[in-house]
Amino acid sequence: MDKIQIDKLKSIARQVRVDIVKLIAAGGSGHPGGSLSAADILTALYFHTMRIDPQRPDWEDRDRFVLSKGHAAPALYAVLAERGYFPISWLWTFSGDGSRLQKHPDMKLVPGVEISTGALGIGLSVGIGIALDGRLRGKDFNVYAMIGDGESNEGQIWEAAMCGAHLKVGNLTAFLDYNGLQVDGTVDQIMSLSPLSDKWRAFGWHVLETDGHDIAQILSAISEARSVNDRPSIIIAKTIKGKGVSFVENRVEWHAGSFTEEQTTQALKDLEEAGA
Amino acid sequence: MILAKQWPTKNNIYERVLLEAGKETTDLVVIDADLARASQTKLFMEKFPSRYFDVGIAEQNMTGIAAGFALSGRPVIISTFAVFLSKRACDQVSVSIAYTELNVKLLGIEAGLSSGRNGATHQAVEDIAIMRSMPNMVVMAPLDVVEIRAAVKAAIAHQGPVYMRMRRGETPVIFDDDYDFRWGKGVMMREGADVTIVSTGIMTEEALLAADMLAGQGVDASVCHLHTIKPLDEALIVECAQKTGALVTAENHSILGGLGSAVAEVLCEKCPAPMTRIGIRDLFGETGSPEYLFKKYRLTPQDIAEGAMAVINRKTSLR
Repeated sequence: MDKIQIDKLKSIARQVRVDIVKLIAAGGSGHPGGSLSAADILTALYFHTMRIDPQRPDWEDRDRFVLSKGHAAPALYAVLAERGYFPISWLWTFSGDGSRLQKHPDMKLVPGVEISTGALGIGLSVGIGIALDGRLRGKDFNVYAMIGDGESNEGQIWEAAMCGAHLKVGNLTAFLDYNGLQVDGTVDQIMSLSPLSDKWRAFGWHVLETDGHDIAQILSAISEARSVNDRPSIIIAKTIKGKGVSFVENRVEWHAGSFTEEQTTQALKDLEEAGA
Repeated sequence: MILAKQWPTKNNIYERVLLEAGKETTDLVVIDADLARASQTKLFMEKFPSRYFDVGIAEQNMTGIAAGFALSGRPVIISTFAVFLSKRACDQVSVSIAYTELNVKLLGIEAGLSSGRNGATHQAVEDIAIMRSMPNMVVMAPLDVVEIRAAVKAAIAHQGPVYMRMRRGETPVIFDDDYDFRWGKGVMMREGADVTIVSTGIMTEEALLAADMLAGQGVDASVCHLHTIKPLDEALIVECAQKTGALVTAENHSILGGLGSAVAEVLCEKCPAPMTRIGIRDLFGETGSPEYLFKKYRLTPQDIAEGAMAVINRKTSLR
């Protein structure tokens, strides 16, 4: 992976963040923290790793992505729009009357969304089902899923953790967006996950740790995960909630919220400076 | 259409129905949650091991996995006790299967009080109410061996989510070989002029016995069997109300939100008529033989017949 390609992905990720800020501002409110923390991973997947064709969102052999932490829909919408699944102009309708873009994604309304999510904890199981279905049909596509750290409070995540390893779902790679904050406080205050990697290892997964904002590291983790076929992999990605926007970064209160005009200007300025 | 009594019974009918379905529908996947013997998926597992998954005691995960399989259009059956499908996995059924309109069939075993000795925690008495209120969900409760076979086949052929509540163990053969199962259509088991008993699932057997009892008292009762509670055969219910002017509903389920509520909704809006509901009266169940429980919770033919007499009296007093 040469520097030019990495720089290109970084620049796309920056544009994705700009879109996230603008669409949440346009919609009036949304979940900026967990959308901004997921932006680099989603960019790496959709602009480098995944075998996809935006012109054929139903292509049988495509790789699949499941956003289990559905409230990060702004990041998914931005990536899908930038990749060409639907017009960029849709983004500015976010959560508005009659919009296809709900705060949590609906597969029937948005091309490229594989499964509707929103209620937390449900996506990893769906990812296992898709992966098993592909295996049974002799397909070689890969399945990617993203779960949150707060979301990992949900029991179904751990049912899926047991099951994925038991059924040796090697064509599934999960990302855990470990930004350390949930709605009411830090993950450590509300429901500590530590030791997180040990937990997943004990459940039988191939565990990788990475900086979730370093594109090169993310890609190398994905590539290692893909080389392991006898069990599912999870990439525990250390991230910063609100990454890229100074007043949102690492602030619990920015799990969900709305931007004032001044804040939108400031956020876009932060992102512009980061790209300079 | 109906065999003469005594109705013979067969055991493990569901097991054979699943096996037939597996042969006919070659991409059908069956998923169970550690109840392969009770829910009779074991034979399917032995015949089609690559299309069978036991995911352990994890109904929520099972539901999500089923959704994942069904995204390719594949028909999927998930099977466990009705109480766990409708309550433990309620959110997952709603969000991952009903909302997404995926091709998953939920087969709930041991519905209502017929599960008997396992007690209240294992008795699904709210499942119809829960499933009926979910958009996109079809809700079925077949009666006998013949209808279970037809209903499972029809459910698999239907594109979209279906919840079916089933009984376990000995199942009677009530319909004859000429029975013509029609999707979403009720079945007039018996035509009478004085009152209609509207029943679903295994309660239609009780309803037929109640009609016999009523005949002995000079009352001519219709029995309308609804194998499908949603979509509801509203036209047939209205027709019954117009013909007999009084209705009794009979269900092995709470009177809140189930068949009785569904029928009352139609009558109120389209053809008001005296009616009464036979069902579990806002109570949890308890341990006991099905016979004991049906008596205690007033689900017997006698209870249905008494309900029929009461609505006939109300009809008369209205005149």
